Amino acid sequence: MYARIYGEATQDGGPGALEYAKPLRWLPTTPQGSLIIGIHQKGSWMNTYRKMAAVALAAGVGLSAAACGSSSTKTTPGTGGSFSPVLDPATKVTISIDCAPAANKPVESKQWADDVAAFNKIYPNVTINAKPMTKCEDPAPFTAMLQGHTETDVFYTYFTDKQQVLDSGAAADITKYVTPQTVPALKDIQPAVLALNADGGKLYGLPRTNYTMGMIIDRALFKRAGLDPNKPPTTWADVATDAAAISKLGNGISGYADYSAANTGGWHFTAELYGLGGRMVDSTGKKAAFNTDLGKQVLQNLYDMRWKTGGIGAAQMIKWGDLQAAMAAGKLGMYISAPDDITYMTQTLKGNASDYGIGPMPGTQGALTGGDDYYFKKTDTPDQIKAGIAWLNFKLLTPGKGQFQYDRNKTGGLPVGIPEPEFFAAGSPSLTADNSNKLASATLPVANYEQFVSNPVTPVVEPPNAQAIYKVLDGAMSAVLTNKNADVAQLLAKAETDVNTVLANS
Amino acid sequence: MTDIIEVGPIVAAVPHQRPRRTRTGGLRRNVRAHGFLIGAVACFALFSWYPMIREFIMAFQRTKRGQTTWVGWTNLQHITADPAFWQAWRNTIMYTLLALLLGFAVPFFVAVLLNEFRHGQAYLRILVYLPVMLPQVASTLLFRYFYDPGYGLFNQILHFLSLPGSSWLASKDTALISVVLASTWMNMGGATLIYLAALQGIPGELYEAAELDGAGVFRRIWHVTIPQTRLILSVLLLLQIVATMQMFTEAFLLTGGSGPEGSTLTVVYLIYNYAFNFNNFGSAAALGVVMLVVLAGFSGVYLWLERRTKEA
Repeated sequence: MYARIYGEATQDGGPGALEYAKPLRWLPTTPQGSLIIGIHQKGSWMNTYRKMAAVALAAGVGLSAAACGSSSTKTTPGTGGSFSPVLDPATKVTISIDCAPAANKPVESKQWADDVAAFNKIYPNVTINAKPMTKCEDPAPFTAMLQGHTETDVFYTYFTDKQQVLDSGAAADITKYVTPQTVPALKDIQPAVLALNADGGKLYGLPRTNYTMGMIIDRALFKRAGLDPNKPPTTWADVATDAAAISKLGNGISGYADYSAANTGGWHFTAELYGLGGRMVDSTGKKAAFNTDLGKQVLQNLYDMRWKTGGIGAAQMIKWGDLQAAMAAGKLGMYISAPDDITYMTQTLKGNASDYGIGPMPGTQGALTGGDDYYFKKTDTPDQIKAGIAWLNFKLLTPGKGQFQYDRNKTGGLPVGIPEPEFFAAGSPSLTADNSNKLASATLPVANYEQFVSNPVTPVVEPPNAQAIYKVLDGAMSAVLTNKNADVAQLLAKAETDVNTVLANS
Repeated sequence: MTDIIEVGPIVAAVPHQRPRRTRTGGLRRNVRAHGFLIGAVACFALFSWYPMIREFIMAFQRTKRGQTTWVGWTNLQHITADPAFWQAWRNTIMYTLLALLLGFAVPFFVAVLLNEFRHGQAYLRILVYLPVMLPQVASTLLFRYFYDPGYGLFNQILHFLSLPGSSWLASKDTALISVVLASTWMNMGGATLIYLAALQGIPGELYEAAELDGAGVFRRIWHVTIPQTRLILSVLLLLQIVATMQMFTEAFLLTGGSGPEGSTLTVVYLIYNYAFNFNNFGSAAALGVVMLVVLAGFSGVYLWLERRTKEA
């Protein structure tokens, strides 16, 4: 399925081409979050993408890549010695790395151990000290870790943590170490995804996974409500109709539900606004841009479903974890999310995989994108950085190995088939190989994700000061979902004022 | 006497000549005591005083790209300009007042009631104290289920009584009081036992005399119980104010922190948000200092009232 979709896309230059707001550097995130890293519908963009990717790689990864093209050693100005991005096999190196699977995931733990053993056959000089974690990042402990400078040599972050990590002075510049020599699939990684790990023309991290948001549905409830589970709603009008039909099943079932607490309400407001084609901030990044007809539409849709059409139930102040639990329990018809929630519901909450499908983001004008990556500690030695990159390349960035070794996942009983990660560029050999491998070992009903995969929506990154903005929008989201007398226009006007104050003070 | 034995027979022979007590000599003699003290002082210094001093310093600093700079009053200006600042203070004060109304009065009257029981008082004490023994997170999450507008226990009871259900945590009008109710249930056990101990220290003759004078239950409480427990009431009132103004866990777990339209946003949650969600430790520290000043003000007022009462 993936091979066909992306293969065709690259043939005609349709879905698969990339559009960049500022494509020539590794920092193309425009203040209003309009770094568009995803798939564009116009054919002419394919060629543009390739040119831009080439230019970005040359300019960004850059100088070191060009330098290493002809020779493995090159004098680094100012250092007085020779420099090679490749780890010297004679050098003994020890690196610590977090986000290793914890004991509660025995299959993944064994895979990790096997990968370390395989890696050590290539790099016997590298010792990897893994830090197992049940959850790779919890924002509060993560912040405390940065403040205490207790991060591991190679440490896990979300894409959205970049500013926080850089402000904490925690990350090392790895620009000169990341080359086609050290990361052979580098040319296949979407430059814009790399850009999410870069700042000021410097690269600080390498991607682990990435996603775009869509609409996850409970296919069983869709069927029971007389709806077609192969056609997840793509407009908010359809969402309202389907949600009302599902809610009529009764027994505490809610057709649709949304977050409104712990800053997640603002996060979903943003996602829904992007879906309609809106943006959270203007081009300066210092002014709110959501108090528009599109912004009002987002809140009005939710208000109507909650208070008029009956598509949303009474339980509110929902935050991350609640929706997944509700859907795994068969009490929720649909909600917007990243595709990997299906993995979570299947693997952790023991939901029935065949019940879950995913469609594109309603509105289809844009989809909030996110993901995670690994950064390198500021105090890492050059050899530790080289060893870390070698490990990440082996574990995360090589098709057919590490996280992309789907046959092993299948044998181990892990879910295979989620359309994530999606950081390899459309038409690239890495993506072709990955899609083919994934299909061959799929354990999940990938046909359920057909609508999501075959209707790609342009990914859009989060706004600057995302969490502070989300906190403000939590108020508006909770208001329309809990207050029958909520005034959408008034709520948005107040949120705009508040966000402008927050942005002015940031 | 002790000194004489320690310094020996020469000094003992001249009893009216005081031995010279040097500072080093004192230290040497009390080395064991000082050794014990060092551990406690070090713990306080490291985990209480140093963080407080650091907080004051951080309130005037900002860190960007790993560089920490002095920004003067900027952090304070930023937090007061934040629209959430005043809302958080309004909610915190309202929560404190409601928590005092319920969390202060209810345990007192439960204690008075318990004190009246002649039989089974021990069992009842355990029953009242039981919620305190439950992990706070567990009991808070329990209340989250109780408050669910759909299948929650409280609405089921209301429906059973043919009464309309409430939105509880899912409405800005009822969210804060719902948090107070849960908090009161969870914390009243400790206060009740303290009141009970104070009540049991009141001489029975005072009640007998009041009864002979024709005082009813409420007059006995007003004229005997409350004056006799005034000191413990004052101390608990101060502790209650200090504790309730720092409420965090209950709102964080029950409403996700802010609640419907920010109705349960408290100052401490705002501090948490600044620090751990916005990575703005300068603003978090500044708000922490403001909180400290306010709470110190309450303590000051309490001490002043206490002194005035004694003088009167």
